[in-house]
Amino acid sequence: MAKAKRPQQAPQAPVSSSTLSETERRELLRYMVMAREFDAAMLRLYRQGKAFGGVYSQLGNEAVSVGTAYALDTKADVLFPMHRNIGSHFVFGQDLDTLMVNHLARKGSQMRGTDGTGHYADPAKRIYGNVSHLGAMIPVAAGFVLASKMRGESCVALTYIGDGGAQVGEVHEALNFAAVQRLPLILVIENNQYAYSTPSSLEFACERLSDRALGYGIDGVTIDGTDVELVLATTRKAVERARRGEGPTLIETVTMRMRGHAEHDDFAYVPKAMLEEWAAKDPVERYAERLIADGVMSTESVKQLREETLAHMIAAIDRAVELPWPDAEEAFRNVFMDEVAQ
Amino acid sequence: MIMTYLEAIADGLRVAMRNDERVFMIGEDIGTYGGAFKLTKGFLEEFGPQRIMDAPISESAIIGAAIGASLNGMRPVAEMQFIDFITNGFNQLVTVAGTTAYRWSLPVPMVVRGPSGGGVGGNPFHSRNPENWFVHATGLKVVCPAFPADAKGLMMSAIRDNDPVIYFEHKGLYRKIKEDVPEGEYYVPLGKARIVRPGKHVSVIAYGSAVHMALEAAATLEAEGLDVEVIDIRSLVPFDEATVLDSVRRTGRAVVAHEAVLTGGFGGEIVARISEKAFTFLDAPVVRVAAFDSPTPFAPTLERAVLPNAGGIADAVRRTAAF
Repeated sequence: MAKAKRPQQAPQAPVSSSTLSETERRELLRYMVMAREFDAAMLRLYRQGKAFGGVYSQLGNEAVSVGTAYALDTKADVLFPMHRNIGSHFVFGQDLDTLMVNHLARKGSQMRGTDGTGHYADPAKRIYGNVSHLGAMIPVAAGFVLASKMRGESCVALTYIGDGGAQVGEVHEALNFAAVQRLPLILVIENNQYAYSTPSSLEFACERLSDRALGYGIDGVTIDGTDVELVLATTRKAVERARRGEGPTLIETVTMRMRGHAEHDDFAYVPKAMLEEWAAKDPVERYAERLIADGVMSTESVKQLREETLAHMIAAIDRAVELPWPDAEEAFRNVFMDEVAQ
Repeated sequence: MIMTYLEAIADGLRVAMRNDERVFMIGEDIGTYGGAFKLTKGFLEEFGPQRIMDAPISESAIIGAAIGASLNGMRPVAEMQFIDFITNGFNQLVTVAGTTAYRWSLPVPMVVRGPSGGGVGGNPFHSRNPENWFVHATGLKVVCPAFPADAKGLMMSAIRDNDPVIYFEHKGLYRKIKEDVPEGEYYVPLGKARIVRPGKHVSVIAYGSAVHMALEAAATLEAEGLDVEVIDIRSLVPFDEATVLDSVRRTGRAVVAHEAVLTGGFGGEIVARISEKAFTFLDAPVVRVAAFDSPTPFAPTLERAVLPNAGGIADAVRRTAAF
């Protein structure tokens, strides 16, 4: 049976000439390079056998994390990232050492060693991490901005889910609730073709995941998730709508997960041709080439940026790995707030 | 002022909302309709639709939104129309709310409340006593009031608490129990048991509806020359172990009663604590009285057959006393 057809939208016009300043464009590339090299550094750690827990590569998702987060006011809005959104953490100003101590659950972690990876919360940086149950934090993000709205504050929540996680019931409940209350919530569905090993054909039957927006009475759009300026422009429109009180937006970003679910996964189930096709659309390489072509950066300055960033990442990781583990006594503290030092 | 159990809960909510603008309610049919049991009757008129928020039938969204709002400075109270429907929001409570203090050292000052319990012909889906699921979840406080004044005082403490609290109201008590309830602000601390009836022969440790069964049993047994002490533990988390152990050390005999099903119920935990910490004081094995391990059936004959009652508690006390 053929898939249900919906009226075709006008195809997205590619942004041919940038409306962004050179500073903004250099910054976008810098954040994407940070995300890319963070991955490289973590992969190196994994291969050395020093990584603890899963290493979830975000390779191929740089433009989505960076482009969406860059559209927000990092001093007033709030980020509820997922596990492939390290770029968003950087845009929100998280410093590398804090990130690594949290990630690797060393002494001094904001989570005291009770949890790791990107699950931390840093209220000062306006970042509230995810839990492993995909979709569970979307109702929470909705509630966070509900509180802001009640107080008359302007605060937009940006959160993410995958093509797999989008099938969790809480996502539906949260989007519907946010739509009814016209909450300033932006949900980015990162459609990277695979949910662990399951292809999207076994995850959903609609043509585009953004088609679901119609069912919630909200705006929805599907875009190329490898084009950072398109991602930014689309998210900025969603932010404007949210600030005007027009409610949530669903943005589906189409990308490819260029590695396994986590590094233990050899992703042999992904056809090689598919990876090759997407490698040609690499978001970081393409944006770097574009900035070079536009004369915003030179080949040499891009090379230098990448090398310096990687060295910076490796140095931070090496510092974090050398830190001691938290004291075992931490395990018995803070189950309840009564025990938390105020 | 004389209030029913239901009126006392409503009074606690109303006073908390008047005193603290961060407190708001979210649930199904709580606004115009005033709630399935009319507990929030008049609230919409007093507090407006933003603070008495009617939500879609989406328990995950209701509880999740309450968590998010509590992370952002509010003190939400989420209503489950029947506590049975808390299953639909289970993940939010267990995975998110109950782990937040531990992982983030951040407060989640929210209350999830709703009518629990059987005895009213509610069928398997409107009669559950699921409190112990949340005891086992970690990071959640669990409150089960039995009397109007306690219901008000525990509600106000739950709202003021910085951790997520699940507050189980017994729907069979809503209009059945009346007593004098302090007006205005009134707080009963979480984690403090109350000796409802002092006695010297056998300690009956109970909570919720079972406290009333225990009192009825105690009145019957008094005529038989048995002096029963009834302890209402009031909250399961935190659990006032000291009051229970002290009582058992005095009487040397204990019966533990709750309306929830027997196996895996909180009664087992109470018995274990007594066994570990007051074993040498015991003159008889500790006996549990609880519901049969089944869903709560619909027909009155069946429902009566599975739920515990005063007669069952009295029998258990007699056996314990005669051991």
